[in-house]
Amino acid sequence: MAFTAFSGTAQAAEPAVRKRSPIALLLLLPGMFYLILFFVTPFFSLIITSLQEPDPLRFGEFNNAFNWQNYVIVIETYWEQGLRSIGFAALATLFALLIGYPLAYFIAITLRPFPLLQALGLVLVIAPFFISFLLRTLAWKQIFATEGPVAGILSSVGILEPGTAITGTAFSVVFGLTYNFIPFMVLPIYSILATFDLRLIEAGNDLYGSPATTFRTVTLPLSAVGVISGTLLTFIPAVGDYINASRDFLGSADTTMIGNVIEANFLVLSNFPAAAALSLLLMAFILVLVGFYVKRSGTEDLL
Amino acid sequence: MTNNDVSQGGFAEAGADLELVGISKRFPGFTAIEELDLTIPAGSFFALLGPSGCGKTTTLRLIAGLEEPTTGRILIGGRDVTATKAYQRPVNTVFQSYALFPNMTIMENVAFGLKRRGIKNADSLAHEALQLVELDHLAGRKPKQLSGGQQQRVALARAVVNRPALLLLDEPLGALDLKLRRQMQVELKDIQSEVGLTFLHVTHDQEEAMTMADTVAVMNKGRIEQMGAPQDLYELPQTAFVAKFLGQSNLFTGDVVTTAKSSIVVDAHGTRIEVPTDRAQRHNGRITVGVRPEKVTLHDSAPKADSSRNVIGPGRITDVSFSGVSTQYEVTVPHHGAISVFAQNTSISSLHHDGDQVWLSWSVGHTFGLADEAEGEPVSRFHADLDTSMIAVQSRKDLEAELEEA
Repeated sequence: MAFTAFSGTAQAAEPAVRKRSPIALLLLLPGMFYLILFFVTPFFSLIITSLQEPDPLRFGEFNNAFNWQNYVIVIETYWEQGLRSIGFAALATLFALLIGYPLAYFIAITLRPFPLLQALGLVLVIAPFFISFLLRTLAWKQIFATEGPVAGILSSVGILEPGTAITGTAFSVVFGLTYNFIPFMVLPIYSILATFDLRLIEAGNDLYGSPATTFRTVTLPLSAVGVISGTLLTFIPAVGDYINASRDFLGSADTTMIGNVIEANFLVLSNFPAAAALSLLLMAFILVLVGFYVKRSGTEDLL
Repeated sequence: MTNNDVSQGGFAEAGADLELVGISKRFPGFTAIEELDLTIPAGSFFALLGPSGCGKTTTLRLIAGLEEPTTGRILIGGRDVTATKAYQRPVNTVFQSYALFPNMTIMENVAFGLKRRGIKNADSLAHEALQLVELDHLAGRKPKQLSGGQQQRVALARAVVNRPALLLLDEPLGALDLKLRRQMQVELKDIQSEVGLTFLHVTHDQEEAMTMADTVAVMNKGRIEQMGAPQDLYELPQTAFVAKFLGQSNLFTGDVVTTAKSSIVVDAHGTRIEVPTDRAQRHNGRITVGVRPEKVTLHDSAPKADSSRNVIGPGRITDVSFSGVSTQYEVTVPHHGAISVFAQNTSISSLHHDGDQVWLSWSVGHTFGLADEAEGEPVSRFHADLDTSMIAVQSRKDLEAELEEA
């Protein structure tokens, strides 16, 4: 009886604040212009290129056509590199998550009472960005070199045959990808956990949830949005990455990824239609995968 | 194991005794609770009343297991739970902030504790609890879709459904408006007597504490000033803090001039105020006596001498505020300052006006004598260490703790 007074829902309709205004459109213009110039135009140019056929007379020249067989040919030729890219990127995303989540949790929640240390932790996560991506990857090549410290220690304790290379293996490429993309995993998860209400953990503990159960039932589901954006931010660039897997860096001919194939077709083989077709296939694959993933995770607001 | 009866599914048959023995809690730089001893008998509705910062919420968190005491022991139903974790204690809390899990429906929120303990018919019990707070029709919603008052009731259902031996309520009605608060107070009281649990209610609202609790403990600066039934606390406060925090009081300080068998007389700036001996905490020296405003009567002329009444006056009315059932007067009497008087509006003619000269009188039997003096600022129990060297030491300690943590 006592509750009848407040059993009605108290959901007031939000007032419509959105108003059409010419100023908004005006402010959008530079962005629209930028997108048309640097995204839409190249995109269509890429589609046209992907359908070109070789000029029968001049070698290395291509004519506009509707040569859709290009797509079939690149899939037939490069399916192995494509699958490898997905596998490597998935592994790197998994490892980045396994390392990145605890790190983000530590900085956002364990260090919350100590703002100074929290800021320091964040700086340490971001600090690698102050040095070029290429330089850092090259540095790992040195560290993993056959004469380098890691190989030296591993072979001295008998784990590794002396003279065995670490670079150029699947391990070194996945390692490089994981290393390079950890900040992209940590930062979104951190930003979610930084505002996480610790009283919910207290409530979980109060309601007989052990710390592990409370984490599984409360903290993890509430940080899922961060995990989803972190995995996307890691997986998408990792699939197309062509630095780590390059033989100049941590890879070899055995670890070639789709990015390396596209790069080689564009810059070395000058097979522009094949490169364009591969780029578009990669794009389509990522788009479908992301759409599916986000739909499954129920967070359309990411898109 | 210590948590058998909690995690193995049993409901508390009845409330359990709570016993705090010599509890202290020190945080870096200040002491929240000092040497607190407290026993709450099973099945009682106990209110811990105090101003913000008095240590009442810390006491609650210690009992819930969300903080660890610096010293002392906590016993629930005779069992020492000091070393156990929050999730192992047969205690549930209704949080001030509700702390509902936003990722779960109302139903899942309420069933959370039951499921953690592996209780089989968790869902039907959760529905029953939701029916109790009349929110069963919203079981499928998310907390965000509910109003503040509804969320508060869900928080209550989520705690009560576990039938804890001890239910802790941390200002659970703070977010409600007056009318809803009154309804919830009645409802909480009903639930408590129906279920027979031990309730520990922390609040700064003295009216709420007095209407709901069997026993009220007034807490100030980490220590319990006075404890007892609400009417005892109100009619016979023992300290100036209780006299002023629980309702209003008019206090007078003076030296004891006559000590008789049944009463003592205090001379406060030339006014003789008589106090029954058994209503005074101290019987000699300089003491503070007082009276509640509603016990004081206003007179237009000096009342006839009457040994059963204390008389002060003349004074002048400086403020009149009419509140319907009663009128509150403020009377300024030379040497005594402002004295409050609540008069029932029983007849229109009894109204006095601003500026009127009046005399005040009240029955000797309504006077109380305090254990401490009201004059001046009460001596602080914990000295705030605010000199620069202490601050330096403290910030060094903080830094060290921070580095150690890392």
